[in-house]
Amino acid sequence: MKMDERTDVPINGRLDCQQDLVGDGISSIQKVIEPHRDEGGDSVKCLLITFCAMFLFVMLVLPLLVVVINALQDGWKVYKENVVDEYTIKALHLTLAATISAVVVNTIFGLFASYLLAKFYFRGRQVLAALIDIPFSISPVIAGLIFILTFGNVGWMGEFLKAHGIKIVFAVPGVILATIFVTFPFVFRELFPVLNAQGKDEEEAAGLMGAGAFTIFCKVTFPHIKWTLLYGVILCAARAMGEFGAVSVISGHLRGKTNTLPLHVEILYNEFNTTAAFAVSSILVILAVLILIARNFVEWRRK
Amino acid sequence: MYVEMKHIHKTFDGFLASNDVSFGIEKGRLAALLGPSGSGKTTILRMIAGLDRPDSGDILINGVKVNDLPGSKRGIGFVFQNYALFRYMTVADNIAFGLTVQKKGKAEIKRRVKELLELISMEELGRRYPHQLSGGQRQRVAFARALAPNPQLLLLDEPFAAIDAKVRRELRTWLREMIERVGITSIFVTHDQEEAMEVADTIIITNQGSIEQIGAPEDICRNPKTGFVKEFVDVRRYEILRQMRESSPL
Repeated sequence: MKMDERTDVPINGRLDCQQDLVGDGISSIQKVIEPHRDEGGDSVKCLLITFCAMFLFVMLVLPLLVVVINALQDGWKVYKENVVDEYTIKALHLTLAATISAVVVNTIFGLFASYLLAKFYFRGRQVLAALIDIPFSISPVIAGLIFILTFGNVGWMGEFLKAHGIKIVFAVPGVILATIFVTFPFVFRELFPVLNAQGKDEEEAAGLMGAGAFTIFCKVTFPHIKWTLLYGVILCAARAMGEFGAVSVISGHLRGKTNTLPLHVEILYNEFNTTAAFAVSSILVILAVLILIARNFVEWRRK
Repeated sequence: MYVEMKHIHKTFDGFLASNDVSFGIEKGRLAALLGPSGSGKTTILRMIAGLDRPDSGDILINGVKVNDLPGSKRGIGFVFQNYALFRYMTVADNIAFGLTVQKKGKAEIKRRVKELLELISMEELGRRYPHQLSGGQRQRVAFARALAPNPQLLLLDEPFAAIDAKVRRELRTWLREMIERVGITSIFVTHDQEEAMEVADTIIITNQGSIEQIGAPEDICRNPKTGFVKEFVDVRRYEILRQMRESSPL
């Protein structure tokens, strides 16, 4: 709520200046800044708008148009055939399965980790926080390789897994593991600052009145973080759906078995089946747009 | 003695927050823990509330050793420095929380909430959310919420720190009157000696984790026992206050 009050300041700024003739520090600063922003602001504004619009057109709108046009270049019927193709559907299923797994696992992990780091002080707290950020800084290809070296035939646990008939590398579990790995900081990163800013007082107050940990979480903590949590989940899902590098290394590209949508697009493209490649891409674009809408809704609600 | 601290020691990461702290407060008293910041007064309050555990020493409430008793079983009400109101609950739900958690009957909760809203003169504002209240109103809600489950001991951490200087004096008088009316043993933490002198009937002066002196405001001013108290307490200011009090008694 404090944030809202603060964002109100620039909007009401001019009004405050007129009323507040005594002039405390803040409004006198605004008095200096305000006219400066109005004078000549229009030309700067136009320039910036043109620059941003052109950048977005070249980087975003044009490629998206190309996807749509190419996907539909052989007509609606061919597009439909490409989309409902057996391997495409299987790839879509795997992508959704990996995304849902990543969201479920990372939501649970993100909740626990952010609660732990925001509400408790212990030795190694900083180290833990830094470790959680590793998937952001590490190349996804390396992440995929790490799993091959850990769970593959020649890897550390290879013998053990083989003996027990568990297959991870070049199989669905590997794809899911890689997706989880790449996306696990998202929920944590969103939740941590919010929980940290909330402090411990409200929870301590509830505890002193006899509320148990579960009641405290449901009644005090959760209402505070629910929109942020959903926002983190959406970011996590978006990244999980589009993940290519890590999954590419670990999946082995087995058509109909370990192919996700992005991998399927690559295979089709390499086979010079451009129309199909773009048709499958368009599924990812549609998913991305849906996520964007959800994201904007949540962002609006969060305020 | 209603509250007793016996040879309490407490360290945080090598920092000595309480060094052999011993004192007692009689039933019905309104005591102030007064000291500069970092002198360990909040730690003492939090240990009485069960939010922190002493490393050694005993805490007694009403003659019972409560070291191993969770805060919720000690019969205390706690007012946090920033009130820690539940921001997603209405004023009425905030006040009702302790009773709801204790699974009290609906009618009883409703009656008690109404009673407390009347006590803090906020009958009309039960449906508001904390962010729709002024600082003073928030403090009153925090006070009512702490009192709802009928505690025997009220603990307040810097109750006036988050309030405008203008209304602070008004609220001090209000809080003192309320505590006297409810007749509850209370301890509050403050770094403002004027506040302590004006509100409390017993003052406990802390410095670097130790207790320097305990006594009525008059005693401490007339007879400061240590060098620190002599320097810390502004006797002249007390004289002015005393004259003010005499000219307009509560």
